[in-house]
Amino acid sequence: MQKDAFKVLVPTGMLGYGFPEKWFLEGLKRNPDMISVDSGSTDSGPQKLALGEMTCSKEAYYKEIRFLVTEGKKHHIPVFISSAGGDGTNGHVDLFVDLAKQAAAETGLKLRIGVIYADIDKNLILQRMKEGRVKPCGGNVPELTEKDVHDAVEVVAQMGSEPYARLWDREGYCDVVISGRSYDPSPMAAMAIHEGFDPGLAWHMAKIAECGAMCAEPMCKTLLVTLKKDCFYLESMDPAGYCRTYSVAAHTLYEKSHPYLLKGPGGTLNLKDCVFEQVSDRVCRVSGSRFIPDKKYTVKMEAACPVGYRSICVCGTRDPIMIEHIDSTLKSVRNMVKETFPEEYAQSQLIYHVYGKNGVMGELEFTHQVAHELCIIIEVASPTQEMARILCNKARTTLLHFPYEGRIATGANIGLPFTPLEIPLGKVCKFNIYHLMELNDPCEVFPYKVMEVE
Amino acid sequence: MRTVMDVAKIVRSKNSGPFEITMDIIFKNSEDYHRFLESHVLTKEWICRTYHVTPEQVYCLEKYDAANAIKITLPRPRAQGTIGETDMHAAQQHVPLLYLPFPD
Repeated sequence: MQKDAFKVLVPTGMLGYGFPEKWFLEGLKRNPDMISVDSGSTDSGPQKLALGEMTCSKEAYYKEIRFLVTEGKKHHIPVFISSAGGDGTNGHVDLFVDLAKQAAAETGLKLRIGVIYADIDKNLILQRMKEGRVKPCGGNVPELTEKDVHDAVEVVAQMGSEPYARLWDREGYCDVVISGRSYDPSPMAAMAIHEGFDPGLAWHMAKIAECGAMCAEPMCKTLLVTLKKDCFYLESMDPAGYCRTYSVAAHTLYEKSHPYLLKGPGGTLNLKDCVFEQVSDRVCRVSGSRFIPDKKYTVKMEAACPVGYRSICVCGTRDPIMIEHIDSTLKSVRNMVKETFPEEYAQSQLIYHVYGKNGVMGELEFTHQVAHELCIIIEVASPTQEMARILCNKARTTLLHFPYEGRIATGANIGLPFTPLEIPLGKVCKFNIYHLMELNDPCEVFPYKVMEVE
Repeated sequence: MRTVMDVAKIVRSKNSGPFEITMDIIFKNSEDYHRFLESHVLTKEWICRTYHVTPEQVYCLEKYDAANAIKITLPRPRAQGTIGETDMHAAQQHVPLLYLPFPD
């Protein structure tokens, strides 16, 4: 028989960022059916996927994983941790599994761990490209080339709800489920749909809840969501947070391309006719969400690759005459770098970031006001670290003593705060796969395994 | 004259994936929301001029009554997190919206 409510406790929107244990423990008293926390995002850049970096430190992840699996096991509530490490690669899934094993060893708990992977075989992508079953995700993404696939360090795809449901169907209860790259709401939506709840409400609930209590005002960490047959309720476990109709509605469209049509693996969530209601000053009720399945099931693939090395120099200027002539000065410096190192310059990019003028908005800056002091960051990207250093050094030394028009401060033109004066930044990367691939089956590329540890 | 900054509850920009920027204006109540919509100051032409995009690149300019919200989605000014990036999260590109006039 179907339950009349399905409750999810979300400790925080991002594993590793830290959350107050107090409000999480308060949430446990409400008897949730699952604990779910995501750790994935492309938001902090392509270097994570390309260089195998994680969003947070191993120590930060361990602290939270140990706490969550201990509490989950104690109360017999499954803990779902998705997009391990941020990028959700197989390597980071295995690392998270090791952290859970370490927690089991240290606490003496026996854990049954479900593991789902999301790395995609490049040969499969090449084959699907030939079949015309791979396309860009959005109008600003170029068509995928074979070179992109070869250049990609690792390719992951965002899994939908089905791989989680299959694990549960085939293997039964797990204390912990650690998974690779997932569409953030997938674990919660999967378990709610698996329990027989409406997919539209389940996906919408999960979409808001995957960020924890960010939908509250002020934003908090721990959220409890309660899904019913025809609606769901949101409540921040920190009593300081109020889930207002407008803060919840606002969060619904956060980071999404369209305000009420939210595309995900296997379909689109249509929220056009949603109703957000205030049921108490701290609790919001949502109804009317609909899920429209796609005819062809697709998943979004992500990958990145290194494209060179960078060096930067951070400079400041306070001289009003220098500031008045900043554009022509920087142009002359560029020309001198180019004349001195023509071959290296041709293979590199020299970019000025001029804070106090247009450092944040670049060419989109719409005010002509210039500040009384400027920070100029010289950015050089080249095929090697040494070449980037040489060009950055040439630009810096030229700028330091350049005789700009009207100069009366002949000491030097810029104040330098940091050493090394040219700072090596190492590899610079870019996203080179952000494409949808058709699957024959929603679970096709997401293998799983189950292990018992103690 | 008041501007959107004086009236709106939320005005923000953010990545929507690594290749798009999305911006939201959300009003406190439906009265402010409808008054702003009826003033027609936020047009596709204004967006193209301000954000240096073509009309085809305005992927989304939609209102959402349930949230008293307007959403704009455009190509990112540059690829996320690579050479020349100025704003990793595309979180500081909403500023022109703040200065749109709000009708009295």
